[in-house]
Amino acid sequence: MTAQNPPADRSGFSTLLWNIARFREAGISIFILILIVAVTMRNPAFLTAENFKDILLNISILAIVALGQTMVILTRGIDLSVSSMVGLVAMMVSFLVKENPDLSIPLVVLLGMLLGAVLGMFNSLIITIGKVPPIIATLGTLSIYRGLVFYYSQGTWINSFELPRSFKELSKGTPLGLPNMVIIAILVAVIVFYFLNYSRTGREIYAVGSNPAAAQFAGIRKDRIVFLVYLLSGIASGLAAVLWASRFESAQTNTALGFELQTVAAAVVGGVSISGGVGTVPGVLLGALLLGIIQNALTIVRISPFWQLAAQGLLILIAVITDKWILARVERTGKR
Amino acid sequence: MSDYIFELKNITKRFSGVEVLHQVPFSLLPGEVHALLGENGAGKSTLVKVMTGVHQPDGGEIFLNGVPTEFSDTRQSRQAGIAAIYQELSLFPDLDVAENIFVGRQPTAVGGRIDWRKLYAEADKLLASLGVHLELKQKARNLSIAQQQMVEIARAVSINARILIMDEPTSTLTLNEVADLFRLVRRLRQEGTAIIFISHRLEELFELADRVTVLRDGVFVDTRQIKDVSRDDLIRMMVGRKITNMFPKQDVQAGKVILKVDRLSGDGTFRDISFELHEGEILGMAGLVGAGRTNVASAIFGVQPATSGVIQLDGRQVQITSPQQAIALGLAYVPEDRQLHGLIPPMNITANISLPMLGEYSRHGWLREKEERSAAYKEARQMEVRANNIWQKARELSGGNQQKVVLAKWLATNPRILILDEPTRGIDVGTKAAVHALMSNLASEGMAILMISSELPEVLGMSDRILVMREGYLTGHFTRAEATQEKIISAATQSVTAGSEP
Repeated sequence: MTAQNPPADRSGFSTLLWNIARFREAGISIFILILIVAVTMRNPAFLTAENFKDILLNISILAIVALGQTMVILTRGIDLSVSSMVGLVAMMVSFLVKENPDLSIPLVVLLGMLLGAVLGMFNSLIITIGKVPPIIATLGTLSIYRGLVFYYSQGTWINSFELPRSFKELSKGTPLGLPNMVIIAILVAVIVFYFLNYSRTGREIYAVGSNPAAAQFAGIRKDRIVFLVYLLSGIASGLAAVLWASRFESAQTNTALGFELQTVAAAVVGGVSISGGVGTVPGVLLGALLLGIIQNALTIVRISPFWQLAAQGLLILIAVITDKWILARVERTGKR
Repeated sequence: MSDYIFELKNITKRFSGVEVLHQVPFSLLPGEVHALLGENGAGKSTLVKVMTGVHQPDGGEIFLNGVPTEFSDTRQSRQAGIAAIYQELSLFPDLDVAENIFVGRQPTAVGGRIDWRKLYAEADKLLASLGVHLELKQKARNLSIAQQQMVEIARAVSINARILIMDEPTSTLTLNEVADLFRLVRRLRQEGTAIIFISHRLEELFELADRVTVLRDGVFVDTRQIKDVSRDDLIRMMVGRKITNMFPKQDVQAGKVILKVDRLSGDGTFRDISFELHEGEILGMAGLVGAGRTNVASAIFGVQPATSGVIQLDGRQVQITSPQQAIALGLAYVPEDRQLHGLIPPMNITANISLPMLGEYSRHGWLREKEERSAAYKEARQMEVRANNIWQKARELSGGNQQKVVLAKWLATNPRILILDEPTRGIDVGTKAAVHALMSNLASEGMAILMISSELPEVLGMSDRILVMREGYLTGHFTRAEATQEKIISAATQSVTAGSEP
């Protein structure tokens, strides 16, 4: 009746393939592998531990914000203000550590998340109490928060020499083998994964996104869930902001400008449905990884910088189309 | 040569190696209404999809006017004169009636612009020829379901469909609307259109159909002249056994009043509704679609709270402003629309059943999967949900099994008051009997049940007492002994008595 069982009349190997292909993330994984092989053939320097560490470092911040974005999109919403939240919190935290270089780093991280939480909560309030559609509400705060960056910094910026060494080490230090930032991103991914799959609220997030009316009938407070996801997105952005300032050793008025679209891209490429209710943490991580690999690969195979942005967009589209194509084939095989 | 306009021979269809149709024959004469009958999952929908080219058969042949034919998609079947009207209507809500009829085929004038005058003139002519009265410039979203169906039929006629397939067209219509629809179907039949008619309401088939074909578990049972079979014959053919008692209502001594509703009114949809519901009682609520019964239920359950009036539980006044509050007070509501309000279709059976009770299955916010799973499994088994396993997605289940999942979900909350809104709409005879038996058992265990139903035999067969609503008012109140079909219809359709006029 359903596509749950592999077709009986197939050899062991193709059954294995079929089982692999059943994973929702199969399409994008295959595309990533093809990309890795193709780029390595052009330039073997791509497939080195050093380069992959670099890629991981590059996508850690993206992954953290994209996971927050994912929880929002799961409820049929979108958070366009993430880039401005990152910009504003990065600026505020940088000023803070510049003025108080002896502040404990964990406290700085916590403060960044707290600031993000406040900004996210403002989004939540506009959407749940003000009844403004998420795309409009966060489009508004996208400008407001960016405007506050200018107001707060008075147009100045923070340079590397103004930041204490301990703060810069927060992202790049490798006391545990991998850069701290990568470990933090992995930690966030694990927490979000468990939250979405094994907590009551996580289940309710999926329910509200899949069928808001049925969720209401089942006694789920939709507004509470919506409030929560924008708050969480703010916290993720706040954490990412601290890491951003630490990694790039600066805070500027245009920090993370346009970053919101990358987070949406990572989520959507990773299989999160814009219409809500569908999406997984592994998928989003693969989406972020793909974006990171594409960016890195384009430099490594020496695509002209003038072309890079266009090539990046093209590859993303090819990835999504491949994914859909593979998924459709898997479903058809299942039915026969 | 046969006279058949359309004939299917030995149609076999497999999904994932499972045969859902096994060598099924089907034939259609011009100008006949041919009923297709079977329980949910018997293969009716698959057969229809083979006829319309949605699915391609794995075996067998299709003949159109005696010529072997293959449809690789619905466009080809439409061109061959086959039109299907599904339960989910497919009009464009923001286009008007005439535009919907001619959508994609608008008459054009020079330069390819749409000839609006001609479009409206032709739509007018068409509707007049069908004897249908509709405002041509009315937007589709403002039409009733019945009117939308008329537009779909008009669209089918306008493309010269010789074969019209109607999948449960009457399940959401009121009695008057059904009469209108039947008049139209008879008119089409007279003009030689062949009609395949799917319905779970057997009474309708005797009224309308010429022949009937019964499927069971994907296998052809028989094709008979409708005048040669009885209602019991059809049920036996469908389920393969005899269902002796469609309405196994046990006599129960009603207990004390548990729910009391006093002069409840809600934003223009219902007014001054007062009634009492006793423990162990099944209180039926009859009336036409749109009479405000669902609104009363939503108000009691806190989905759309009432604007005035009093609700008492166990003699204590309560303010129910949200479903979670209603659930906490021991109420459960099985809504009318499974897909929209009852289920989260992409979620699995377990998650659907546990949804209202996630608090019970979690500690400090974290789900205890084992408990959730075993509770869901127990409920699903008790309801005899037919599925591969409890991880199957709700959307993959048949309508009857989906309804069982919704019931399991609400029974898992251990309610004292169960509100059932059209509990057996669109589900097959076997499941229907199971649901009725379940209701009867629950009531005998002391549960209070408020059942909204538009099916008179169900209301009469299952209720201890019957309320009738019309246009937002209570217009009738009968005990089981006094109630008759005529009395209920009269209360549901007569104009509101003087004095209670708004």
